[in-house]
Amino acid sequence: MIESTSIPLSAIRKPPLPNPADAPTEDIREQLYELEEAGELIVQRVPGPYIEVMTKYGRTKKIPEQMTWHHKSCGQCGHIPGYSTSIFWLNRQFGMNYVDPTDQTSCTAWNYYASATSNAVAQAAVASRNFAAAYETGYFPMIHCGTSYGHYKETRQEIVHHPELRRKVRDIMAKLNKPLVVPEEIVHYSEWIHAMRDRIAKKQVRDFSSITASIHPACHYYKLVTEDAIYDPDIYGGQRTATVTGIVEALGSTVGDYSTFFDCCGFGFRHILVQRDFSRSFATQRKIEIMKEEANPDVVITHDTGCVTTLDKSQFAARAHQRNVGVPVLSDAQYAALAMGAHPYRIVQLHWHATDYTALLEKMGIDWEKAWVEFEGDLKRLESGEIEYLSWEDADAK
Amino acid sequence: MSVTAPPARFTADPGATLSPHSYLDVAYEDKLALWEEVKADDRFADYLYGCYECGICVAACPSAKFYDFSPRKIAQAAAREDVELIYEQMNDDVWNCSQCFSCNRCPRENSPGGLITLLREVAVRNGLGTAKEALEGYGRVVYKIMTTGTQISPDMLQPDAFPDWGPDVEKTSDNLELWRRALPPETLHTTEMSWQVSNETLIELYLIWLHSDVMDMIAEADEGLHMIILDVMEETLEDAGYEV
Repeated sequence: MIESTSIPLSAIRKPPLPNPADAPTEDIREQLYELEEAGELIVQRVPGPYIEVMTKYGRTKKIPEQMTWHHKSCGQCGHIPGYSTSIFWLNRQFGMNYVDPTDQTSCTAWNYYASATSNAVAQAAVASRNFAAAYETGYFPMIHCGTSYGHYKETRQEIVHHPELRRKVRDIMAKLNKPLVVPEEIVHYSEWIHAMRDRIAKKQVRDFSSITASIHPACHYYKLVTEDAIYDPDIYGGQRTATVTGIVEALGSTVGDYSTFFDCCGFGFRHILVQRDFSRSFATQRKIEIMKEEANPDVVITHDTGCVTTLDKSQFAARAHQRNVGVPVLSDAQYAALAMGAHPYRIVQLHWHATDYTALLEKMGIDWEKAWVEFEGDLKRLESGEIEYLSWEDADAK
Repeated sequence: MSVTAPPARFTADPGATLSPHSYLDVAYEDKLALWEEVKADDRFADYLYGCYECGICVAACPSAKFYDFSPRKIAQAAAREDVELIYEQMNDDVWNCSQCFSCNRCPRENSPGGLITLLREVAVRNGLGTAKEALEGYGRVVYKIMTTGTQISPDMLQPDAFPDWGPDVEKTSDNLELWRRALPPETLHTTEMSWQVSNETLIELYLIWLHSDVMDMIAEADEGLHMIILDVMEETLEDAGYEV
């Protein structure tokens, strides 16, 4: 047993609130407004009502409650669809007005970071096309993927700072009969969950107080254009991003800290697809095993496609090598949905996950065997043609 | 600093300071041209400000823990404009990077990961053999993202593609169509793309690819893949009344 090297959370002293005037980075929004004033682009404003949160250097960020255009994630929708389904379900539970568009492409950044078969103009044009598609509906982009979120922040800076790139992108947009639009804020869904965490906790119907959760923050959430990520003086003394930890604490769970908190999951973009020896080794030996040794969590909670995939799927092969693994991995959206009473298969779709989650469900007070029988009943109805698709109403049937 | 001629130490005794993989058969001028292409990118100035050699980027880097790889060496070679070493890195190192950008915690605000993005892009655009090797087996992903507008699809979950993910992959694959219909969001019922993307949206995406030189990059990386993607795009665009 390796002795824990992590610093107790209670030892982190609360520093004074950061002063935005001392921020070491620019506030890109001010330049966006100037460019809009000059007729160079349109800035889509955050619709009200919105919730104000603090970002790393003390600036205020607006998180829209609703009127959101859900920019979905390739990996979530493709391979862990309970992730996206849980995000939508949470919005529906609060009666939020949202759009799940078909007029959306991937940000294509997973491919870009993996293969480099693209360039700055193409990436900015793809981003701008999606932004324009959202703008045309009147709904505001809510980004599901951590990489899309980080890449769009990079792209926003490039559009602002490089006039020639901006001109080329505007020319391409003109060929599509679309304006060059940039949202006032780039908003990740986990920021919405963070901003809504007290309201989510009020609707909690399952007791999570006996659960220890280790947090994995997504690299592209807080390491790319770092000043846009949410920080909170009441969470880690404002020294780490507050997103994800905030909702886990609000739901009454214990946060199991560990010394490799800042390490990435091992996704690697190209590695997870064609060089998985790296992803498997890193995910299990630098993350899961360290968590097990230092915090022994019941679950890992994270907030990005690649992190859930890598941390969850890598454990099977590690188990074959008798490694100290075996911790289920969920997104914050799935965790919050389960707390609010979501069905583990109809909504959270846990059968798409690889690592055994049944002990976790039992600790949540969920009879997973009964729930699976209910879901199998749905599958029989689908197979027989009684229903073509499982509806939201079916999924919430008692 | 502008480099116009090989540094003296390379011209005097090139082999003495170079590793066994230094690509001595490639002319210095060709290596220099690639480096100039990297520097000409608008983003280059945002990614490099100098290097303290503090090693914080290496300590944070997942790839440095697994491979013989160092983001510090990437930043240093770029700062020194060590054209020979940069060419070597462009071939032997850049594809090891995880692109997580943990190295962005650099106290000089360098982004070694960003530099690697540019180095990779130039390697692909110029059809370097090592870039083609790195992308072997990746063509189906490029095809998927460029033709469907989504990176991966449910039907990619095949046991022979993901044997290390355990037996559940086969179960998912066997039940795929049924399980997709058991998803409440309507956009997720598809098995061939991550979510349903409208035809009009795909047309706009194809126009972006055609107007942003991406197709030229694909042609350099994989000529066969380029032809296949172009065929799909042309058919859709011509059906919609566009002249390609």
